[in-house]
Amino acid sequence: MSAANSVLPSGAAEEKQLQARHRRASIWGRTFFGANLFGLLALLILLLSIVNQAFGLAVTQKAIQPTELSERPLDQLSAAELADILQNNLRKGKLQALLLQEVIGSDVAPANLSALPLSDLLQGKVYPAEVGALTFAALNEAQLAGLLRENLSQSRLYDLVMEEVVGYRVITGWTLFDSLFNRAAIEAEVAASYPQAELVFKSWLTLEFIVRPLSSVAADTGLRAALMGSAWIVMITIGVAFPLGLGAAIYLEEYANRSSVINRIIETNIRNLAGVPSIIYGMLGLAVFVRALSEFTSGAALGLATSTDASGRTILSAGFTLALLVLPVVIINAQEAIRAVPYSIREASYGVGATQWQTIWRQVLPAAVPGILTGVILSLSRAIGETAPLVVIGAATFINLDPNGPFSRFTALPLQIWRWTTLPEFGFRQSAAAAILVLLALLLLFNGAAIILRQRFSRRLY
Amino acid sequence: MQGVSIESRVAGRLTIADQIISRAGGQPNLLRRRRPLEIFIRWLLFFCGAVSIVTTVGIVLVLGSESLRLFTSWNWANVNNTLDAALDATAATLTVTSGGHTFAVDQVLRVNGEIMRVTQVLDHEHLVVERGAEGTQALAHEAGSAISVGAKVSPLEFLTSTRWLPQAGQFGILPLLSATLITSLIAMLVAIPVGLGAAIYISEYASPQRRAVLKPILEILAGVPTVVYGFFALTVMTPVLRALLGSQTVQIYNMASAGLVMGVMIIPTISSISEDALSAVPRSLREASYGLGATRLETIFRVLLPAALSGIVAAFILGISRAVGETMIVALAAGAGPNFTLNPFEAAETMTGHIARISGGDLSFNSVDYNSIFAIGLALFVITLVLNVASDLIIRRFREVYA
Repeated sequence: MSAANSVLPSGAAEEKQLQARHRRASIWGRTFFGANLFGLLALLILLLSIVNQAFGLAVTQKAIQPTELSERPLDQLSAAELADILQNNLRKGKLQALLLQEVIGSDVAPANLSALPLSDLLQGKVYPAEVGALTFAALNEAQLAGLLRENLSQSRLYDLVMEEVVGYRVITGWTLFDSLFNRAAIEAEVAASYPQAELVFKSWLTLEFIVRPLSSVAADTGLRAALMGSAWIVMITIGVAFPLGLGAAIYLEEYANRSSVINRIIETNIRNLAGVPSIIYGMLGLAVFVRALSEFTSGAALGLATSTDASGRTILSAGFTLALLVLPVVIINAQEAIRAVPYSIREASYGVGATQWQTIWRQVLPAAVPGILTGVILSLSRAIGETAPLVVIGAATFINLDPNGPFSRFTALPLQIWRWTTLPEFGFRQSAAAAILVLLALLLLFNGAAIILRQRFSRRLY
Repeated sequence: MQGVSIESRVAGRLTIADQIISRAGGQPNLLRRRRPLEIFIRWLLFFCGAVSIVTTVGIVLVLGSESLRLFTSWNWANVNNTLDAALDATAATLTVTSGGHTFAVDQVLRVNGEIMRVTQVLDHEHLVVERGAEGTQALAHEAGSAISVGAKVSPLEFLTSTRWLPQAGQFGILPLLSATLITSLIAMLVAIPVGLGAAIYISEYASPQRRAVLKPILEILAGVPTVVYGFFALTVMTPVLRALLGSQTVQIYNMASAGLVMGVMIIPTISSISEDALSAVPRSLREASYGLGATRLETIFRVLLPAALSGIVAAFILGISRAVGETMIVALAAGAGPNFTLNPFEAAETMTGHIARISGGDLSFNSVDYNSIFAIGLALFVITLVLNVASDLIIRRFREVYA
């Protein structure tokens, strides 16, 4: 027998070995396909599990039926009528607690409540002149309700009536999957454990949820402050990152001498910045924007500070920090778009006597716009979902006021998702799931826009 | 226009050009003109490019200077001993209650804002001290005043101690580092086989139509915000693990579920870079392999993977770097509180998770907590930078081979 025969069998043995090799090949081929399937499956499970938690049966309970309080639906009542309901149905102590929590602020020392006149405690708030001289402890029920009416919006008063008088509570609930396939068992359990309660199908994602302000009660909470905060932050982020990133890309592609050391350093540096963990950017923002530049970022330098402690934990700091974070994304995408513009266009422009800047501004940039915009939209979707830097910078506990400018404290959509996820009370995780659906819808919108942009304009690229 | 000769048209143009030149001051040489706007724009754009350098320098300076403070300033820990007798501003001998801390020469004490250095220990209850050390004012103190003992963190202790308790003066990064490594390891156990398998399928098996469907799906996985993955890890993966393995074994917060979900997040990183590496392997190598009678699988394992190895290794390294720097998944699902353990089903806080928790609370500047998270941040930055640079170098090397 020759050596070759010992390696390559012949006849039936060869046939057998070939079959084994092909079998192995097809098994591994399927395994590789399975890896892709795993990715697809993971994505599906992720989405379904979030939908699963955002809808489902819930046990709700009311201490009083709303019809006993008023013939008209409660949400259509005026602020004065709602304040009357509060006055007539709540004890004085509860009204005092509400006034402290909603208007005065809970951080006043108890001794001051009976010692100081209200004109000191209510600075910047609306109050009748005769109340100003009284102390907090001396107020009667009508005056307490009056102060609530003067200083709170109708929707906040409605929330208070629902929480405190009607006592609307979502006690517990089930996932969508359980609600659909296990309904009989759930109904039996509710009948046994919560005889007074009502079982309703609750969608945690509703239009009201999107526009309602935050609340400490899960069933009443909403995304308004978070969405407005995110919108402000993203606007500042893009406002800063777009001009800087585009400028850097133009410099690197059109002006920079590739062989010079400083330009090579800039290029390498941008690539490395893209790999720095986002929380490190948060720490940079904390030390520089929140702390070192707090005079500027709190608005104190311009006399525009909205919070009394003049802290730098503002929308402006968050926007600047995220701008630094997305800058590499903007630069790299803009560089690619500019590089894709054929050189003949530049040469034609120089040929008719245009200067370098005229060539860039009138020829190169218009041709590169779709690619540049795609990069901007991608960085926008990165900025809107980024959480870790905001956790480091924000540290806001509970914001139920709308952000009213770059100098106000903030919450943001992903920050709110994080906070709700960590709360143990039933309803907050469901709210987080609903907020995630809103976030994913926004991302889908942005990325869809980017794809359409790329496809519509790709024909124009020579 | 037909009737006008070319000569006359050119002549007409020339006249216009002459007029322009004469209006510009009679200088025909346009190239030599100084253009302040052009120069200004050039410098403006250079400044935009330089912002990225400023950012990097800023990160290094901020992390470096704030964490330096942890190693150079005193960290005060309360001890049970108090002043046993009142002390005036000049007395050098201190009487302390016995019990608790054992004092030693050169230790630094703080009483009501005054810092003292122990120069001699007479017995358990009497110390000779240098008053008003470290530039503080010597003051009179009442009996019963609390004593704090100061300690400086040595970099060696920072890197080798296994306890992280900033309030008790213990700064060992190992428990945070071990949790980071365990979650990253679990993530890579998921991401490497799946990511590489997906890359092989997309690059070697898939038809163009299938590729057009499969690639975007993996890219969507990369676009999902990490807080969403964190939510998924805590509310879905953890209950599943607890149902499968028993709630005694698996804690409510655990590293395993955070790591597994992080693995899903990293799949696209691994698959897209590995796929680039695989498609960079020249077609001739594949054809030579098929020509020798190899099956597709044998070509993949014996020719393509070895040829693309450096690119694939670079993808793995980049994946690890992502896992180490990932914050929200571990902050939500891996648990709060440093825990030096190798059991993936226990709760343990990673470096990023610790930074997020401490800075998400009420953090006052220059406190021990504030300085210590910057020291952790510096360690994190160094680790990820080394990984990223290594991956970058490897990628560039494999590009040089097959470009």
